[in-house]
Amino acid sequence: SIRGDPDVASAVAAIRSLLEFLRRDQSETILGLRENMTQAIRRLEETDSSVAVSSGGELFLRFISLTSLEHPDLSQCKNVMIERGELFLKKISLSRGKVGKLCHTFIKDGAKILTHSSSRVVLKVLENAAADNKRFTVYVTESQPDSAGKRMAQKLRKLNIPVMVVLDAAVGYIMEKVDLVIVGAEGVVESGGVINKIGTYQMAVCSKAHNKPFYVVAESFKFVRLYPLNQQDVPDRFKYTADILKTVKDLNQEHPMIDYTPPSLITLLFTDLGVLTPSAVSDELIKLYL
Amino acid sequence: MADSVGRQVDSINHATEEDEKKHEIIGAKGEGKELTKEEKQRLRKEKKQHKKNKKDDRGPPEKEKEKEKASVPAPSKPATQSPAHKAAPVPVNASASESPVAAEKPAKSKAELRAERRARQDSERASKQGKKEGGQQSTSSKPKATPNELQPVVKRLPDHVQVDDPVALKKLAKKLERQQVPLRSDYGYKVSLFSHLHQYSRKNPPTQQISIPVTVIHPSIVRLGLQYSQGIIAGSNARSVALLHAFKQVIQDYSTPPNEELSRDLVNKLSPYISFLSQCRPLSASMGNAIKYIKKEISNIPSQCKEEEAKRILQECIDSYINEKIILASEAISKYAIEKISDGDVILVYGCSSLVNHILCEAFEKQRKFRVIVVDSRPRLEGREALRRLVKKGIRCTYVLISALSYILPEVSKVFLGAHALLANGYVMSRVGTSQIALVAKAYNVPVLVCCETYKFCERVQTDSFVSNELDDPDDLIVTRNGKTHLENWQTVKSLGLLNLVYDVTPPDFVDLVITDLGMIPCTSVPVVLRVKNVDQ
Repeated sequence: SIRGDPDVASAVAAIRSLLEFLRRDQSETILGLRENMTQAIRRLEETDSSVAVSSGGELFLRFISLTSLEHPDLSQCKNVMIERGELFLKKISLSRGKVGKLCHTFIKDGAKILTHSSSRVVLKVLENAAADNKRFTVYVTESQPDSAGKRMAQKLRKLNIPVMVVLDAAVGYIMEKVDLVIVGAEGVVESGGVINKIGTYQMAVCSKAHNKPFYVVAESFKFVRLYPLNQQDVPDRFKYTADILKTVKDLNQEHPMIDYTPPSLITLLFTDLGVLTPSAVSDELIKLYL
Repeated sequence: MADSVGRQVDSINHATEEDEKKHEIIGAKGEGKELTKEEKQRLRKEKKQHKKNKKDDRGPPEKEKEKEKASVPAPSKPATQSPAHKAAPVPVNASASESPVAAEKPAKSKAELRAERRARQDSERASKQGKKEGGQQSTSSKPKATPNELQPVVKRLPDHVQVDDPVALKKLAKKLERQQVPLRSDYGYKVSLFSHLHQYSRKNPPTQQISIPVTVIHPSIVRLGLQYSQGIIAGSNARSVALLHAFKQVIQDYSTPPNEELSRDLVNKLSPYISFLSQCRPLSASMGNAIKYIKKEISNIPSQCKEEEAKRILQECIDSYINEKIILASEAISKYAIEKISDGDVILVYGCSSLVNHILCEAFEKQRKFRVIVVDSRPRLEGREALRRLVKKGIRCTYVLISALSYILPEVSKVFLGAHALLANGYVMSRVGTSQIALVAKAYNVPVLVCCETYKFCERVQTDSFVSNELDDPDDLIVTRNGKTHLENWQTVKSLGLLNLVYDVTPPDFVDLVITDLGMIPCTSVPVVLRVKNVDQ
C-alpha cells in the first residue's frame, strides 16, 4: 500500500496505516498501546527506510499522546487518540498545498530553476507557479541510480513546463545559467540541515560557490530529531534502502541513497509552518518536540 | 557595632542613589519603619527639586529629565545593586559636582558626618513639609509621565569594566567603604586596550586588608575569597559549587535581627559578601546566575515562616539547585555526548573542563574505543590536570601545546570544548585559546562540539573579547629557564606591559553543535533556551 498511490508521500501512507492499526489495536493499557505503536513504527521503518517515515511516525505518536488521557475507560482514551490521529492526518495532507502556496511567489517570471531528483512537493510548487501564469524553465538532474529525474521531467512535461534533463555530473556546468535551486527533502534535521537524495550536497556546494539561492521545500512532519555533524554521522538505517540493509553484509560496498546538506549552504526552508531560515528550524523543532 | 550595621542595612535597603544624603536621610527616617514605594519616589522627586534649585546654572530641565530616567528604573532594580551600576549618560557634571563634596568627606570622622547629615535632614524636612502639599499633585503625576518618556531602558555598565573611569571608581570605592569591604588596588602597567579592566596581583589578596575577627564578612566567605584569589578553586562549576556551599554555611549561621524580615534582611546581608568576592576575583556568569537564584528564593520566603523553617527551605533549595543544574545536568549531557562518540574517534580537548572530562570517562566506561589529544597552554597549564584524570582512567592520551595545533589537527576527528558561559547571541565564552582551536578546526573541517549546562547561559551579548574580560596576575607570565628569569624586572621597563587574559569569545560560525542538558542545539538557538527557561520560572 505504501508504493500504491504515487501521489501520496510514503510518510502519509505510513501514518494512515498507523491510524488503522490504532483502530484495530487490542491492548488493555495505554502503555501497551504505546508499545504496540512503537513496534508498528519500527516495522514500517523496516519496510521503507526513509527518514520521513521515521519522523512522521514519531511525530504522530507524540501528537496523539499530547493530550489529557485521564479518562478511566480505555476505549474513551482510544477514541480521543484516534480523533487526534485523524486531525494529524488531515493537517499533513494539507501541508503540501500550504508549502506550494508559500513558495511559488519566489519564482519570478522568466526564471530558470534547477532541481534534483523527483520530489512531489517541488512538483506542487512548480504547478502553482505555472497556474499563476509565470514562464520559467526547469533543469532536472537525472539522479542515478534510479533515474528519478526522468520521471520528474515526464510529470513536468504533462504540465506544459519546458524542462531539460541534465547529467548529475553537469551540475557545476549548468549552475551559471540558473537563477535559483529548489529541492525537496526527505528529512529536516535539528541543525537546520536537510537529508535528501544523494547529489543534493554537491548541488548546494555549487550553488554556494556561484552565489545562487538554494531553497528547500519540506512539510513539517519531516522534522526529525537527528543532529549529524558530517556525512558519516548520518545513521546507516537511513542511508540505504531497507532491502539492502537486510541482505547485504558489507555496507562499504554499497552506495548510499541519501546525503546530508549542512545548514550553512541553505538559504531558506519553505514549510507549512512558514518560511524559515535554517537557524529557525531548531526553534520550531523545540516547539514541536518539547 | 550593631547600630552601624543596622544603619548600613537601612541605607542599603532604601535607595541606590548616587547622593549619600538621600539614603542617609531616608534611612534615618525609616528606622524600623518601611517607606512605601510611592513615598520613596516622592522623596526622591523632592530632593531633585532641591538640587535643581541649587544648581540652576547647569541647565536644570535636562538634568532633571535624566535624573528621573535614572531614578525610575532604580526602584525596579534590587536595592542591593551598587550605585556604580548607573547609566553613563547620567550627567558627569552632576557627579563631578558631588565628588569634590565626597572627597572632603573621608577627611571628617564618621560621627561628625552623621551629625552633619542629621542637621541637614532636619532643615530639609522642614522645607519638605511646605512643599509636600503642593508637590504631591505634581509628583504623583510625574511617575506616570516618565515611564512613557522612557523609551529605551537606560543600560548600566557594570563597574568592573569601568576601571579607567575615575567617576565609576569613586562610586565603587564609596560603595565598598559603606559595606566595609576592602578595596583592592590594581597592580602593574596595563596594556591600553584592556585598561578598562582590573588587574590584581596574587601576592596582595584582599584578605590581608581585613582584620580578624571580621565583623561584616562571614568567615566562610573570607576563606572562599582567598581560595578564589589564589586560584585554589578554579573552573566554572567548582567556583559555583563552592559559592553555594559557603552560602549554605552563611544561612546556617544567620539569625534575623529584631524588627526585620528574613526575606529582606538576608538579601541585604549577602551584598557585601558578593562585593568582597568580586574584589577577590570577578564573578563568573554561572556564579551570577546562582546568586540570582538564591536571592529570588530568599525573597520568596513567606513572611510568616519561622526562621528555622525558612533556613531549612533555603538549604534544600541550594542542594536541589546544585543537584539539578550541575550534577544531573552533566549526566544528561554525557548521555547525549556519548551518542556522538564513535569507535575509532580521535578527540581533541583543550584545558581542563570538568564536564568534558566527565563525558570522556563515561564514554570510556561504556566501551567506546577512542583516543584523546589534550591541548594545553601557558601560563595556567590546566591541561596537565585533565591529562592526569584521563590517564588515571586508562584512556590513551597525547599531550601537545597549543602552538602545535595545526600540526596535530589533521589527525583529529572531533573537538570537544567546555564553556564558561554561553551568551545570548550564540557566542561561546571560554578559556583563552578556545576560539583559536575552534578557528583552526573549522579550517580543517573538523566538527567542534561545545558542552555546556543551561545554568551557564547568560543574557549578555558580546561580540569580542575586549569589552568584558578578566586580567590575571601579570607576574604569572614570568618564567625561569636555565636559571635565568628574563622578565623579572618588567616593571622597570616603562613601555612593557604583560597581558594575562583569562577568557575569550568564539563566534557561533565556528561551533557546530552545543550539547546541553536540554538536548543538542545549534549555537544560534541559545536565546530560545533562555526564553523557555524564563517561561518555566
